[in-house]
Amino acid sequence: MAKTIVLLGPQRLQPILVSAYEELGLDGPMAAVTAGWQEREAEVEEMREHLGRPVANLRLYARAEQLFAQDRELAALYRERQDVLRQLQDLYRVRLAHILRAARDLASRLTEPSLVEPEREAVMTSLRALDDHHLGRLRAVHEEFDAKARPLERPALLRHRHEIAKQLGASVALAIAGGHVAVLLNRLRLFGVVELAARLPIFAWSAGAMVLGSKVVLFHDSPPQGAGDAEVVESGLHLYDDLIPLPHASKRLRLDDPVRVSLFARRFAPARCVAFEPKVQLVRKGGAAWRPSAGVQKLGESGNLEPMRSA
Amino acid sequence: MLAIHRLEESRKRLSGKAIDEFLASHTFPLVEGPSVTFVFRGEADNVLLQHFIYGLPTSRPFRRIKGTDLWYLVLEVPGESRFEYKLNLVHGNAHQWIRDPLNPLNARDPFGANSVATTAGYERPDWTYFDPEARTGSFEERSLKSKALGRRQSFQVYLPARFRKSRRYPLLVCHDGDDYVNYASLGLVLDNLIHRLEVAPMVVALVSSPRRLVEYAADPGHASFVAEELVPYLEKELPLDRGIEARGLMGASFGGVASLSTAWRYPGRFGRLLLQSGSFAFTDIGHHKRGPAFDPVVEFVNAFRNSPGKPSEKVFVSCGTYESLIYENRSLVPLLQNTGMEVRYSEARDGHNWENWRDRLRQGLSWLFPGPLWMVYE
Repeated sequence: MAKTIVLLGPQRLQPILVSAYEELGLDGPMAAVTAGWQEREAEVEEMREHLGRPVANLRLYARAEQLFAQDRELAALYRERQDVLRQLQDLYRVRLAHILRAARDLASRLTEPSLVEPEREAVMTSLRALDDHHLGRLRAVHEEFDAKARPLERPALLRHRHEIAKQLGASVALAIAGGHVAVLLNRLRLFGVVELAARLPIFAWSAGAMVLGSKVVLFHDSPPQGAGDAEVVESGLHLYDDLIPLPHASKRLRLDDPVRVSLFARRFAPARCVAFEPKVQLVRKGGAAWRPSAGVQKLGESGNLEPMRSA
Repeated sequence: MLAIHRLEESRKRLSGKAIDEFLASHTFPLVEGPSVTFVFRGEADNVLLQHFIYGLPTSRPFRRIKGTDLWYLVLEVPGESRFEYKLNLVHGNAHQWIRDPLNPLNARDPFGANSVATTAGYERPDWTYFDPEARTGSFEERSLKSKALGRRQSFQVYLPARFRKSRRYPLLVCHDGDDYVNYASLGLVLDNLIHRLEVAPMVVALVSSPRRLVEYAADPGHASFVAEELVPYLEKELPLDRGIEARGLMGASFGGVASLSTAWRYPGRFGRLLLQSGSFAFTDIGHHKRGPAFDPVVEFVNAFRNSPGKPSEKVFVSCGTYESLIYENRSLVPLLQNTGMEVRYSEARDGHNWENWRDRLRQGLSWLFPGPLWMVYE
């Protein structure tokens, strides 16, 4: 955990990657993971222009496609795993919907606090237990896959890892862009990129920031279909465990709804649920505390947005 | 008491100045609870409200305030309503239909434009406005020599922003495509909904017909054009996903009939249907009363009702409650459900018009072609 991590707000319209990079006194090529962009992975020209420095695209999405084409057995096991994960996610949603409905109902009751508060705490305990249970089941699926597929013993994968390690060796930092969160996480995990980049500072935003934590949480309060129940979808890469990054929070969440805000914050406490809007950043050097830029806010258990303080 | 009645009762004889002040201090039509007050100022023998709310008499006379050139009409309309209308100024035997000069809100359609009235609770959806952050898709003009139609058929193709040949896209064939773009802002709506990740990036073939009342009336030639010529052509030309869940048909009014009848004639080809205010006229016995253009429609809908099969997988149906077709559309829904297809049905207090169809697009498209909203964080 003792490495430098910089989590940034969304970079498309108001990028601050270069200033964050220069603030760390870095100069030199940047390795980039844009696998979340899927078929547009190669399009790093804007990032290159913004940085004004060479960008080494690790091409994890394309590498995975090549790997699966070369190693059919691995591809089949991978597909099988993804299918099981999807089924588990569906099953988890069934229970989640009920518990969240109960939690919202209890949260909005005006009953005497001494009566209702223990019920609220109890439903929160159920919610956390469900999330942990789900993460446990996902972990078991990954362990089974690793035991069966032994990805790190497969020559084709090792060749890619070797090339990636070489690219990382020639870079002074690693940038992980957003995009499809599962695609990104799966590729980072498959090639073990974070381990290979152990000595490098990491700059990550949007889905890139989400996958580095210990819980990856999907969220949207007003989807056109469905209830908008935030859900845990994976354990991440465990570079931190005290934050839940929420990119574009003001667009995706009803931040003016104290019941939803409070529920979100309490569910994932003691981790802080941080609203990542454009132009904000959080920096953690080594084992030190997160240092937020001005204007970074977190979801408060009171139901309001609160300034995030270094802690 | 309504504002117009307060004005009327304020003085025995209203001065021009008092009317000026009244008009300047309100917006029109004036909505007060369920009461909508339409006002016209000017000379005429009579002023009539011509509205498009099925269920109410279509022509309603205004009342002239004695000794003035101010006319008004109060109409009771439920909340969350949106409807279109014109004023009919009568001078002797002459009738002049105009848009309401006091109402800046208009809706365009292929016949011109109408004034628009809305009641409390209706709000134009934010995704129907231009969003500067949304990347814009592009339109390509294409044409195809069609044996089925016996002519070269032109059409447009909408390609989503960041279109890449390395990706596979769903295909949606949109009847009256040009009108959907011009009057229901389909291009802008697709840009916005794709940008918001609510709808999958997709290719949309925008077809229009010079003989829509014939070709969209369940014409087998049109179905053959779509299923056997247009789709194979586009599959050859563009990177399209081949699955049935990635093939859709959509249309409004007769375009809804064209969509359903094409899917019915080619079951298993089109897994997604978006049917808006379809002209699904039918008879249980005797002859219909909708005019000769509906003859083949009624014949098709009767045949469909008799033997629907399972033409698609998921069907989104919408209709305005102020349309004469509400009965037919409501009747269709259980029939579709009984086929084993997934069906969603949506009603709104609106009429048979393009902005009603525009306002339902998010609900329909995001269900039929869901975007990666839940998984993508850019």
